[in-house]
Amino acid sequence: MTDMHPANVKRVTAPFLNEQAKEFRCGDQILLNGVIYTGRDAAHQKIVKSLEQGEQLPFELKGQVIYFVGPSPAPPGKVIGSAGPTTSGRMDAYSPKLIAEGLKGMIGKGSRSLEVIEAMKRFGAVYLGAIGGAGALLAACIKKSEIIAYPELGTEAVRRLEVADFPVVVLIDSLGQNLYELGKQSYRR
Amino acid sequence: MKEINIQEVITAVEKLCVEANCILDTDMAGALEHALITEESLQGREVIKLLLENASIAAKEMVPICQDTGMAVLFAEIGQDLHISGGFLTGALNEGVRRGYEKGFLRKSIVKDPFNRVNTGDNTPAVVHYDIVEGDKLTLTLAPKGFGSENMGALKMLKPSDGLEGVMDFVVETVEKAGANPCPPVIVGVGVGGTMEKAAILAKKALLRTVGESHCQEEYARLEQELLLRINRLGIGPQGFGGRITALAVNMEVFPTHIAGLPAAVNINCHAARHRKIVLEGRESIQ
Ligand code: SF4
Repeated sequence: MTDMHPANVKRVTAPFLNEQAKEFRCGDQILLNGVIYTGRDAAHQKIVKSLEQGEQLPFELKGQVIYFVGPSPAPPGKVIGSAGPTTSGRMDAYSPKLIAEGLKGMIGKGSRSLEVIEAMKRFGAVYLGAIGGAGALLAACIKKSEIIAYPELGTEAVRRLEVADFPVVVLIDSLGQNLYELGKQSYRR
Repeated sequence: MKEINIQEVITAVEKLCVEANCILDTDMAGALEHALITEESLQGREVIKLLLENASIAAKEMVPICQDTGMAVLFAEIGQDLHISGGFLTGALNEGVRRGYEKGFLRKSIVKDPFNRVNTGDNTPAVVHYDIVEGDKLTLTLAPKGFGSENMGALKMLKPSDGLEGVMDFVVETVEKAGANPCPPVIVGVGVGGTMEKAAILAKKALLRTVGESHCQEEYARLEQELLLRINRLGIGPQGFGGRITALAVNMEVFPTHIAGLPAAVNINCHAARHRKIVLEGRESIQ
């Protein structure tokens, strides 16, 4: 039931328009194009602090997608090093605040807290999964990378990425439907 | 007596770091190929296909299989008749890691202090486990460990009355709790017996075994098979998207323990299970 036929793969461009994030359904396979931003624990902590103090953010959150990733260094001649997702759970403490400010998508791996899912339902955001540990393959879908904030954080700096046909799966949609739960139910015995 | 100069050690470790991180071992690749046949879920098979494609891109371009190139864990077996010359062995192992992570464009993920969390900038120090063995060789095994999977490990001091069932339940529960975080399909390392730290090291060592090889004693080999079956009934599947293949192997190591205890440790490795070994022979030293 949760199996997806390759014919169902959709191309989508980020950032998302107003209601777009609400149209995704758990299990959808998506090829992401356009612009996304990177951020891990340290960057999230700084962004939330800036929000609380009313300071300017590294990028306008409305409609945007954040990719939880800390890439390996780019070898000469390459756009970026290996760049697969990190465990999203570490961002659970911060994500609801970003979603309330207009963030529409997150890309990572692993389950999310109830608070995050509640915020996603309330504000209409989506949680996407990239394949953990497929860093070399995912890097090949990143066409441009530029550090736009917190360069002192090294791999954890905020980068603006341009992606082309970057493969993701909808893990949790804005109705709160969860592929991890549904998938597991279908195959448990 | 044979002798090895630390320069040789440095070069060997440097090479191990780059190769382990960029080239998926053939045993792992083989296990994934096999999983492609046995996995029933379409999405699961899709994931495994992409993982194999990822491995071939990584090897061709010599970029890391996964961006988390891990904390460098080294097992060093030193033959007692070997002399290491030219400097301090631990220093040489760390220098090898430093050079390997720099030259291989590998990610530096180590913070100097667990509380203030400032990156050391060169992925050192490594975690080194030494063993003195018979003979005159130096065997180095490098197992870079990503923390998506490392964080999902667990240790439990069970009661002897919990017995085999208690240990088996603990292993299965730990893998279930880990869910998608350790990037399944995973390899599950289990260490049983000894003391608290011994069980943990056994679990880590169990991950070094060639995938597909069972424990040399039949009773433990059977337990490994049973655990694998139970884990693959959980339904987590590749990447947690649902499926049959949650684990590719369960490797168990055991050790004598105390009359009052039953320590058990579980160390999970992701599909980017990296381990590489080199045996340094040394030269006849001129007295
Ligand atoms: S768990 Fe393994 S494959 Fe997954 S991100 Fe970490 S190191 Fe990479």
